[in-house]
Amino acid sequence: MTAGARPVAWIRRAPMFRDRTNAIASVVLGAAIAYAGVGFVRWGIVHAVWSLPEDAGSETCRAVRGEGACWAVVAERLRFILFGTYPFAEQWRPAAACVLFVALYAASSVRRWCNWRLLALWTLLPSAAVTLLRGGLPGMPVVPSEFWGGLPLTFLLSTVGFAVAFPLAIALALGRRSPLPAVKALCIAYIEVVRGVPLATFLFMAAVMFPLFVPEGRTIDKVLRAQAALVMVIAAYVAEVVRGGLQAVPRGQYEAAASLGLTYWPSTLLVVLPQALRVSIPALVNTFIAFFKDTSLVTVIGLFDLLGAARAVIVDAKWVGFGIEVYLFVAAVYFAFCYGVSRYSQHLERVLQPDAVIDQGSAVFNGRGRGDASHRHTGRQQVVRRSARPA
Amino acid sequence: MSDPRTRAVVAQVLVVVGVAAAVSAVAVQAVINLRARGIASGFGFLGRAAGFEIAPGPLEFTSRDTYARALLVGLHNTLRVSLLGIVLATLLGTAVGVARLSNVWMASAIARGYVEAMRNTPLLLQLLFWYSLSQALPAPREALNPLPGVFLCFRGLFLPALRGRAGYPWVALERPVLAGFGFHGGTSISPEFAALLVGLTTCTAAFIGEIVRGGILAVDKGQGEAAAALGLSRSRILRLVVLPQALPVIIPPATSQLLNLVKNSSLAVAIGYADLISITNTTLNQTGQAIEAIALAMAAYLVVSASLSLALNAYNAAVLRRGGSRA
Amino acid sequence: MRASTGRSELVGLRGWMCAFAFVLSACSRTAGGDAASVPTGEGPARASASSATPTLDAVRRKNFVQCGVTTGVAGFSAPDARGEWRGLDVDVCRAIAAAVLGDARRVRFTPLTAAQRFTALQSGEVDVLSRITTITFQRDVQLGIEFPAINWYDGTTFIVRKSSGVKSVKDLNGATICVQPGTTNEVDVADYFRKHKLTFTPVVIERLEEVTSAYFAGRCDAFSQDQATLAALRARAPNPADHVVLSELISRGPYGPGVMPNDPRWIEIVRWSVYAMINAEELGLTQATIDRALESDDPDVRRFVGTSDGFGPMLGLDAAWAYRIVKQVGNYAESVERNIKPLGVERGVNRLWKDGGVVYVPPLR
Repeated sequence: MTAGARPVAWIRRAPMFRDRTNAIASVVLGAAIAYAGVGFVRWGIVHAVWSLPEDAGSETCRAVRGEGACWAVVAERLRFILFGTYPFAEQWRPAAACVLFVALYAASSVRRWCNWRLLALWTLLPSAAVTLLRGGLPGMPVVPSEFWGGLPLTFLLSTVGFAVAFPLAIALALGRRSPLPAVKALCIAYIEVVRGVPLATFLFMAAVMFPLFVPEGRTIDKVLRAQAALVMVIAAYVAEVVRGGLQAVPRGQYEAAASLGLTYWPSTLLVVLPQALRVSIPALVNTFIAFFKDTSLVTVIGLFDLLGAARAVIVDAKWVGFGIEVYLFVAAVYFAFCYGVSRYSQHLERVLQPDAVIDQGSAVFNGRGRGDASHRHTGRQQVVRRSARPA
Repeated sequence: MSDPRTRAVVAQVLVVVGVAAAVSAVAVQAVINLRARGIASGFGFLGRAAGFEIAPGPLEFTSRDTYARALLVGLHNTLRVSLLGIVLATLLGTAVGVARLSNVWMASAIARGYVEAMRNTPLLLQLLFWYSLSQALPAPREALNPLPGVFLCFRGLFLPALRGRAGYPWVALERPVLAGFGFHGGTSISPEFAALLVGLTTCTAAFIGEIVRGGILAVDKGQGEAAAALGLSRSRILRLVVLPQALPVIIPPATSQLLNLVKNSSLAVAIGYADLISITNTTLNQTGQAIEAIALAMAAYLVVSASLSLALNAYNAAVLRRGGSRA
Repeated sequence: MRASTGRSELVGLRGWMCAFAFVLSACSRTAGGDAASVPTGEGPARASASSATPTLDAVRRKNFVQCGVTTGVAGFSAPDARGEWRGLDVDVCRAIAAAVLGDARRVRFTPLTAAQRFTALQSGEVDVLSRITTITFQRDVQLGIEFPAINWYDGTTFIVRKSSGVKSVKDLNGATICVQPGTTNEVDVADYFRKHKLTFTPVVIERLEEVTSAYFAGRCDAFSQDQATLAALRARAPNPADHVVLSELISRGPYGPGVMPNDPRWIEIVRWSVYAMINAEELGLTQATIDRALESDDPDVRRFVGTSDGFGPMLGLDAAWAYRIVKQVGNYAESVERNIKPLGVERGVNRLWKDGGVVYVPPLR
């Protein structure tokens, strides 16, 4: 074989150049993307202003506006974007809290620990993170929750929300399938009302109405109110996911448990629920991702999570107009986390159900985006087969 | 007590009584607090003058109009952006889903990148991004003028409009003209509305694209092969054979995504578009009657969700009846 | 498929219930504010549900005053470079804290937007709303908020770009005007334009920082707010010389702190804290001279600093309440000098009646 034939053969085999249509489209679209890409690289890297000296104004940045990105805004306000108004000297504490949360997620992915150890972790690590943020121990002055913000607040709201909502969701899902009509009606009413109404409504309800429900003279702090609203909403959506899982457990299991003499509660807790939860895990992870993104809504009630802190940076007179740079940075942070977790969820699906379609398409049927889970386990599993098409 | 029927009745009674007790305890405390603070109750506030302004739109509204009218304007704005978003998202989503399955590798890769970008960033962030982009457009005096009578600047998109006039030809095309403080005449689309629409459409289209892709993949491969053996072109196979069979698989998850779009339109409160939630927020802060205002908003959303859900379920049933479904 | 790890799942479920209960109990502990410090000073009364002075009791129990302020308006309430809140409205809260708790620093600040302020007060989230709030019939009667005193007289006007050539409000016909929802300015503008048959396009943005940056970015031609607020915003603009605040006021707007009506003692304390600062200016008592005034023979001064007549205990405070206000915060003139003068805003009608203004308060007698 001549020296030039091997690269040519490789090019021919590459999917982009499989046939004539592909080759033409790849060249044309590729050229367009390359052109845009070069423009972006020029704006974002070559002409960009990466940092400004302390106390300098933003004139340098404004001078290159339109031609170069001003990453200096991110560099200068990084600690504010990440930690909000948390006192400067104590910011090691929210940083440590973030590390704890990430460790929690990492530990949850270790399958061998999928038992009481996991529950202990999910109770202890969030509590430790909250203690770190609040303080009160020697060496850690108290920081009231008005000052919590940024990335730790996002982690906190989503993780604690999920943890507290989970038992509630299981109760709701079981209640919805209950033969007792009163219980069933209550659960259906709760789930359908909560799922039919935007999350923003619940946040406003929490901000304004919850104080009316407590006795005179006592107040609940705002983070707690937002957390309560999130728990209420997450419980309803996770209940639907769990319900899908319960529907996927074959009838034979119920019957076998009954034939062993197990009544409702033991058979549910020992036989059905473990299987249902195992099957719903990818959908649960997808729901977690969805709510992780949705915690950004707390900015409408005045809390400064990651996105809220970013918005506060660009209304500052010095940095007005540099929204694009700041939002791109925050988008990168969210993307890194969500994409990583969603890849893990797809890996989980592959491991747990080898029969299903193995790439992203099946994520659709596993509850990505709220509410899909209710349609997940109603027989679609059998319809969706492994595709013989090359990816 | 060993009779399962008695146990069931007792259990239900306990549950109902328990929930009722909890709800009434909370309600009693709320009433006490409301009275102590001198906050009014009831829906009488709906008849009072609102006292705030709403950005101009198709419905007329001044600060002398009632709160009821303000909420109606909010609902109208929500429906406007939601329905338009549903239509556009469905079209774009179908295109994205088909592109993902295209034989052209580049198209499939671009579609995949688009879907991942949209799905892994919060919608609120995307809305703020689009709004920032709209504010990066030039000032009215240097507005972009792609077509005669069409102007694009950070105050909005200004378009010519048909206006009635006396005498022949009874309608005239009125073009926006730059005068004094901005453009006068014609019609305009505010940057808030545009940012909301673009954000909702692009984000929901990504999810719908994945649903469409999954639905198409769910159709038996043999159908496509048989159609190809009959000599149909790829696009006709897709349109006449595959998509109709994929519809029953696509519609249920797509319904929930479109319902999500309607609910997500409430994010308008963060970019200053006067939708129902935004006006409810202003109302409840001005009147202090949070419970009534939120109850109204929730009722409105439930009605809209239920209607949309019913409509799409009816469509689903029609599709099932018409085509052969193997689902 | 056999049931997997059933026992651990049962344990797991019990564990979840325990965790849930734990979290719930932890949450109810944190409700009730951050009571990290033990009540000291005057009258540590425990608040009961049927107390006649719930706000005062709560303030004494918490040992700080929760003050609702703006999200940052220079001159009235804004954090300085070190994060300390400063301003005319901030001084009112500090005066209240000095009178009740003995220390003007025992104040915590809750930044509130114009739309959120009343619900925050009504829900008890703040004890006093000192937040450039215009006193109107609707707020007093309909919302049921009590305004014990006026601490600044102002009115609605507009900030415009000098290049637009606008000299009076009527020149704004057809303009795009930024307003904030829930403000009297919004209503004033609408009413004025209707009365004079002018038109405008409103751009409604809630947060002050966002509406300010929208105006400076050119989203609207004018921004309507109270005159002193606009002066403060102009001072912090990237290019103050390019903007002008119209001197024509289209409405009256007296500002004052707001409280809930359910605590008559608290209302009196707030009222007389403000009046004490103004009376101190009338009597010529300043932060520097108040110590010398302790030896004064002037009956008015003696009543003020508490060496005679015991007004303090009548309010439920100790005798030196007014002395502490002037010593720790200053009198009204000093507060205005410190906060409003640097913005370039003249005192105007906010001078004492004997200096030609309209500030006229009941004497401490």
